[in-house]
Amino acid sequence: MRERLEALQQAALADLQNVETQQQLNDLRIQYLGKKGELTEVLRGMAQLSAEERPLVGQVTNETRKAIEDVIEQKQALFARLETERRLQSETIDVTLPGRAVRAGALHPLNKIIEEVEDIFIGMGYTVEEGPEVEQDHYNFEMLNLPKDHPARDMQDTFYVTEEILLRTHTSPVQVRTMLAKKGEVPVKIICPGRVYRRDDDDATHSHMFTQIEGLVIDKKVRMSDLKGTLLQFVKQMFGEQTQIRLRPSFFPFTEPSAEVDVTCVMCKGHGCRVCKQTGWLEILGSGMVHPRVLEMAGYDPQEYSGFAFGMGVERIAMLKYGIDDIRHFYTGDLRFLRQFARL
Amino acid sequence: MNVSYQWLSQYVDLQDVDSRTLAELLTRGGVEVDAVESRNAGVSEGVLVGYVKAREKHPNADKLSVCTVDVGAGEDLQIVCGAQNVAAGQKVPVATVGSVLPGDFKIKKAKLRDVESYGMICSAKELGLNEKMLPKEQQEGILVLPADSEIGRTIQDFFGLADEVLELGLTPNRSDCLSMLGVAYEVAALLGRDVQLPEVNGALSALANGDLSAADHVKVNIEASEGCSLYSARIIDGVRIAPSPQWLQNRLLAAGVRPINNVVDVTNFVMLEYGQPLHAFDRLRLSEGIIKVRFAREGESLETLDGQVRTLQSSMLVIADGEQAVALAGVMGGASSEVTAETTRILLESAKFAGAVVRKTSRQLGLRSESSLRFEKEVNVDAVMAALDRAAVLIAELAGGTIAEGIVSASTATTDPLTVGIKLTKINDYLGTSLTGTEVQAIFERLRLGSQWSSADDAFQVTIPKRRGDISRDVDLIEEVARLYGYDNIPTSLVYGDTTVGALSPAQAVRRTVRRTLAGFGLDEVINYSFTHPQKSAVVPGVYGDKPAVKLALPMSEERSVLRQSLIPHLLDVVAHNRNHNQADVAVFEIGHVFVTDEEKLSKLPEQPLHLGLLLTGLMQSAQWLQAGRAVDFFDLKGVLERLLASLGIFDVTYSLHAADGFHPGRTAQLTVERNGQTVVLGVAGQLHPQVQQEQDLADTYVAELDMYVIASLVDTQIAYRALPRFPESKRDLALVVGREVASSTMVDVIRQVGGELLQSVQVFDVYTGEKIDASKKSVAFSLVFRHDDRTLQDEEVQSIIERILQALADTFAAILRS
Repeated sequence: MRERLEALQQAALADLQNVETQQQLNDLRIQYLGKKGELTEVLRGMAQLSAEERPLVGQVTNETRKAIEDVIEQKQALFARLETERRLQSETIDVTLPGRAVRAGALHPLNKIIEEVEDIFIGMGYTVEEGPEVEQDHYNFEMLNLPKDHPARDMQDTFYVTEEILLRTHTSPVQVRTMLAKKGEVPVKIICPGRVYRRDDDDATHSHMFTQIEGLVIDKKVRMSDLKGTLLQFVKQMFGEQTQIRLRPSFFPFTEPSAEVDVTCVMCKGHGCRVCKQTGWLEILGSGMVHPRVLEMAGYDPQEYSGFAFGMGVERIAMLKYGIDDIRHFYTGDLRFLRQFARL
Repeated sequence: MNVSYQWLSQYVDLQDVDSRTLAELLTRGGVEVDAVESRNAGVSEGVLVGYVKAREKHPNADKLSVCTVDVGAGEDLQIVCGAQNVAAGQKVPVATVGSVLPGDFKIKKAKLRDVESYGMICSAKELGLNEKMLPKEQQEGILVLPADSEIGRTIQDFFGLADEVLELGLTPNRSDCLSMLGVAYEVAALLGRDVQLPEVNGALSALANGDLSAADHVKVNIEASEGCSLYSARIIDGVRIAPSPQWLQNRLLAAGVRPINNVVDVTNFVMLEYGQPLHAFDRLRLSEGIIKVRFAREGESLETLDGQVRTLQSSMLVIADGEQAVALAGVMGGASSEVTAETTRILLESAKFAGAVVRKTSRQLGLRSESSLRFEKEVNVDAVMAALDRAAVLIAELAGGTIAEGIVSASTATTDPLTVGIKLTKINDYLGTSLTGTEVQAIFERLRLGSQWSSADDAFQVTIPKRRGDISRDVDLIEEVARLYGYDNIPTSLVYGDTTVGALSPAQAVRRTVRRTLAGFGLDEVINYSFTHPQKSAVVPGVYGDKPAVKLALPMSEERSVLRQSLIPHLLDVVAHNRNHNQADVAVFEIGHVFVTDEEKLSKLPEQPLHLGLLLTGLMQSAQWLQAGRAVDFFDLKGVLERLLASLGIFDVTYSLHAADGFHPGRTAQLTVERNGQTVVLGVAGQLHPQVQQEQDLADTYVAELDMYVIASLVDTQIAYRALPRFPESKRDLALVVGREVASSTMVDVIRQVGGELLQSVQVFDVYTGEKIDASKKSVAFSLVFRHDDRTLQDEEVQSIIERILQALADTFAAILRS
């Protein structure tokens, strides 16, 4: 009996060795271990054994069963693993194909610059003020120390609607309106972004409509050194910590002293390049101390209060920052242009 | 103003300051130098004045000649020349072998049709001279030089080419620098040096003619005192009109002024030197010699020097000889008294005409001159007589005349020099500096401002010379101090005072949210021009009705002659532009002002609402490897608007079918909300009318235009938290067959009303029309969610509500539950 069992075990293990499919494995399991299988067959002979032999043979039988079952289990595990591998293989996709498109639009580059500038000045305690684009001559010129027939009006050739109504040539009338609304209260700390209009033929660097951001501070004891300090802080945040400013005397009818402000060239960091014409500097701001006439007209006593103002062209900053070569691109709505700015 | 470096160095010592350094100094001091140009375009030393001894026909070429030229080098040169005007006896510029002409053109020994040529006779163009500045006869062919030119002299030297010209970009306040002397004062102040003024008085007496009194030959009468405060005149007799000497011509050429003849050139030279425009009349062509400065009579005519007959207006100032107008004061002389080759007696005018009057005249006639440019900005009254004397001397010297005794003048206003007081503390408080009285005093001295310092009062009394008309207030002096002290030396500081809180206004914040949200939905932001074509403005009239557009008084083109009343027309242009670049799928938005008025001619500012425009066309989703493309439809647009408005807390917008010109009548909605019993219109959204689409060559295009101010007023940013539900919800779907015309929103209204508090939400999840139901009907499927906050709902409860809802729908819409 024992011999038969051992022979059975050997035969089973030999068969199992060569099993290659799940089906073969199932068949062998039934062949050896099934209800009508060979092991059962052998066990039927147990009835003829003596009581002493029985436990012993029973033990051997269990060992045989265990040995076969173990191998079957191993094989089973192997097949399961192979099956999984096969499935994973068949499920493999081309991960290099593009993902399902999610639409993302672009904010306009000019508005991106405006927001950046606004946020810097908001951080410095400024509020953002706005005003009408179709404006009165009174606010656009007269209240800014530019009476009718003033030669400096030539600096900003103007689109008129009537003799008294025009398209604003700068956002300065917003400063005037704000000062008048404040009725002499201080401090005034505002920036004014907006569209402005001048009679220019459109070309790569000129546009009849463009965008300005101006700033105004009025308080007691505002000094020109404060203007320099404020602008320095602004340009460092806008263009990088290493940026420096350089002021040059200039003229605006509404400021005295007036200054053009150059910043370290954003392209070459001041070493000199084509963009800055080898000077290392770029002119980007106009500024000055608010003219006493302007303060007076807006209801602030120039003996008591002083202030500074500054202004910049948003297109110029955007063109420098992004390396754009033609101002007209901002206004044609060309998606090939706009989509380049679909980034935060 | 073009400033010759060499000329300027006559007045200020510039030995240790080259032109580049000078340009930087001026720019940093506030007089911007736009460019520094060499007067020499590339003429090398070996280009010389030569004398054509003989000219012979080239043996082998009809159009060439063979010249024998003396360039003072001992041996004569044989030069083949192609110019028609070359002739024996001429002085000409000769580029000798080894020399270089502009364009790096090297002159070599050459053989032209078998004849050797040792150099080249040059034209003005070949020397790189600006031909337009030369007299006509010098522009064509080779440049023929004056007969007295010195043989062998370099052309560099002859034309004063070893010089640089600084082009000043002057701001309107610095008209004092429209003169060489003004620039000299500025440079001297910046360098802390002296100014050398031209010596006039000695020469004046040497050239005076004791037998002739100016007063016998001219009278001056100012009848229009508001147009002229000072008029002075001299008589120079016995002049001979001829070309100016080369040095004078070179000065004018450097400044960009064309030489004409000795007398006119002197007036221009002195204008450039003193900034005081002068005019020379031929005295013998003036019949009366009685100068009257008066306003023109309306319609009076005058032929000006440029040969044009001008019809004058009563606002224009003229110089009359007796009754006859002979010059447009300060703008241009008249033809009838012009200096000609025959002129022998000169009446020289130097005056101060009012800037505003000259400016207006010049504008009205569209006539600007070097003279009007200077008068417009108010000339220095103190230079009027000085310039007159200087010019009289030069004319007498160069044209060989004598100066009649005395100046004849009239003045209507004399002004005392202006004195401006300023405290030292004010200077320092204003600039943030800590300058001492001595330092400030030194700056005033460098500027040649007469200043008196009183340390007791801590104050200066500063006398302002007339040449600096831009200085009239204390702050002007502060700027002068700052300039000379150096803007770079002013410290940096931050504003004193209370901390202020910076923030966007709620409306500004909303605008940012809208822009970010729309970009997040895949729409690109555009900015379009505010100006448009009147017809374009009418493409989609439905948005604003038929109000007049705001018109520009003097548009630059019809294309940009009115202000936009709607954002949509330019959004359509964006589609056209991109279609031309093979991009048919466009989803864009713009936030910008539109301009609305009821008036044909504005008496007040127009309304300028801020609008939001959206446009979708082409594919909403472009075709990809895993999905087909899908064309945009109304519900894409509506979906964008719903989500956008919901993100602003505006949930209760009603979309009602809306008829508007330019829009598809069946696919356009008006957006409204109810607030305080009022219907508030947000805007309109829909498909363009197919006819408009066809006219504009557009595919199906969906547009919306909303009022941002209205949106901002409706925004609700308060988030009211509701506790999470503790009891399960009960969900039912209903499909109902109704007539096609029934608006789904009205069915939702009925369901909500009947559903009461237990109905948490109701949504349309399917709409079906087709074979399975009657052609006049549609099936609308709703998903309903019920829940009680405090307990689990029983099926029977829900069922009873459903039945009531079905009944109500049946009653209202004859709706039948779809089996």
